Amino acid sequence: MNAVEVRDLHYQFGETKAVDGVDLTVRPGEIFGLLGPNGAGKTTTIRAITALLPVPTGVIEVFGLDVAKRRMAVRRLIGYVPQQLSADGSLSGVENVSLFARLFDVPRRQRKAKVDEALEMMGLTEAARRLAKTYSGGMIRRLELAQALVSSPQLLILDEPTIGLDPIARGSVWERIAAVRAETGMTVLLTTHYMEEAEQSCDRVGLMHRGRLGKLGTPRALIDEIKGGTLEDVFRAYAAGEQDEEQKGLRDVRATRRTAGRLG
Amino acid sequence: MSVPLAAPPAGWAEADRRLGPRLILSRVVALCVVEIQKLSHDRSELITRAVQPALWLVIFGTTFTKLHVIPTGGVPYLDFLAPGVLAQSVLFVSIFYGIQIIWERDAGVLAKLMVTPTPRAALVTGKAFAAGVRGLAQAVVVYAIAELLGVRFTVNPLRLLGVIAVVLLGAAFFCCLSVTIAGLVLSRDRMMGIGQAIMMPLFFASNALYPVELMPGWLQVINHVNPLSYQVEALRGLLIGTPARLPLCFGVLVAATAVGIAGASGLLARLAR
Ligand SMILES: Nc1ncnc2c1ncn2[C@@H]1O[C@H](COP(=O)(O)OP(=O)(O)O)[C@@H](O)[C@H]1O
Ligand SMILES: [Mg+2]
Repeated sequence: MNAVEVRDLHYQFGETKAVDGVDLTVRPGEIFGLLGPNGAGKTTTIRAITALLPVPTGVIEVFGLDVAKRRMAVRRLIGYVPQQLSADGSLSGVENVSLFARLFDVPRRQRKAKVDEALEMMGLTEAARRLAKTYSGGMIRRLELAQALVSSPQLLILDEPTIGLDPIARGSVWERIAAVRAETGMTVLLTTHYMEEAEQSCDRVGLMHRGRLGKLGTPRALIDEIKGGTLEDVFRAYAAGEQDEEQKGLRDVRATRRTAGRLG
Repeated sequence: MSVPLAAPPAGWAEADRRLGPRLILSRVVALCVVEIQKLSHDRSELITRAVQPALWLVIFGTTFTKLHVIPTGGVPYLDFLAPGVLAQSVLFVSIFYGIQIIWERDAGVLAKLMVTPTPRAALVTGKAFAAGVRGLAQAVVVYAIAELLGVRFTVNPLRLLGVIAVVLLGAAFFCCLSVTIAGLVLSRDRMMGIGQAIMMPLFFASNALYPVELMPGWLQVINHVNPLSYQVEALRGLLIGTPARLPLCFGVLVAATAVGIAGASGLLARLAR
């Protein structure tokens, strides 16, 4: 059984075809990266898989459960970190994670242990009692990972986990993701537009452009296909000319910075 | 390979069947706990929020008590006004939740909450009672200010329980109303404007400041469909013992809250899209 199975997904916002016929399979236990420039449709795909967007039956399955029919059951299997830095700045680290333990019905007896364990995995034990608004961007991302992990999900979904972070914070986020996977064998589905990071950290990647998923495979295989280079080159070869997306990219980064600024 | 996180203990699957009231209750508790934690971190907010009701009571209340221009049937005007100001400040606190939910939408918080096994109605009910928690904190502050100014509120525990229920229901309803509006307008700026624009009419077209009998006919009509008036009537009856149609007031508040929760949950998906 696959972790995620997407068959011919379409999603439109008014006239904008955000996702235009995507087929996608994520295997259990792998780190799968959905790659593409801003506006490619990555977030929309993720939001469809988490049932935040209405999708017809028979299009998306998570561990064999149809997302359209078994929404609540699917959500019990998922830990989700959205693109924006979304931890609550007016709560402490522990409180942020405990909320999600409650929302996922982690039994009261195990709650404290689970919360501590999740915070520890993300290296936040020291900072756990401080308000999240005192955290750096990288710490907030790790706190959000802790929130997503506290329910022991089968599938961790991360939308642009390193966007807006400095290089050191990015490195530490990737390290933690790798550690979680190594320790738990959890499936990870993530999106990013940093090709280099994906090349290093993902088992398989899918290249997305203008709502379509063009290429799919291990970074190695894709690079071999164009006879050497980087994933960045693969992408360039696959999709040339994206001047208009450049501008969208700037807008997106600014929005994330604003979020980071608001949280302190 | 140790698997501490990947496999949820078998017992958890049971929670899947915990639908309906128990699930809603657990989400309400979760969101109220968060609200209490936030309050405990930022107590200064309670003080800043106390300024406005204090001004109403001190300036408006004491002046009009002396002037004796508003006939309140033997009750000092300040006593008459205090439950109205209490209701008003709870209203102001809860209207803020619509702005907050748009902010949460923009920040991705709402999406994250919605990707938990929490039905929309449970999420809205949780928010509504979280607003109730804040409303209660606010009510305690106003109660204290009024006592300081010499208003003799009831100390009967049964009546105070009634007051708590009325405050919770009122806050829950106005929170849902504002979330519903948020779901319709979808923008923070417009929501701020509309929040301001509805708060004042709700307040002035109610019995918070003056008895219904003083209102012109058209205002009395509005007053009849304004849940704030029922909230004030009940609070006044419970706190200072003026005549109140308590069963009717509770009935209206419970019904309004139920409709509010249904309306807000219906629009929540729109917010998340
Ligand atoms: N809520 C929305 N309303 C209207 N258009 C949207 C919305 N979300 C995304 N879009 C549009 O859909 C397209 C894909 O967006 P998105 O999935 O966010 O891309 P990515 O995550 O790859 O940057 C873009 O053109 C974007 O402008
Ligand atoms: Mg995106």
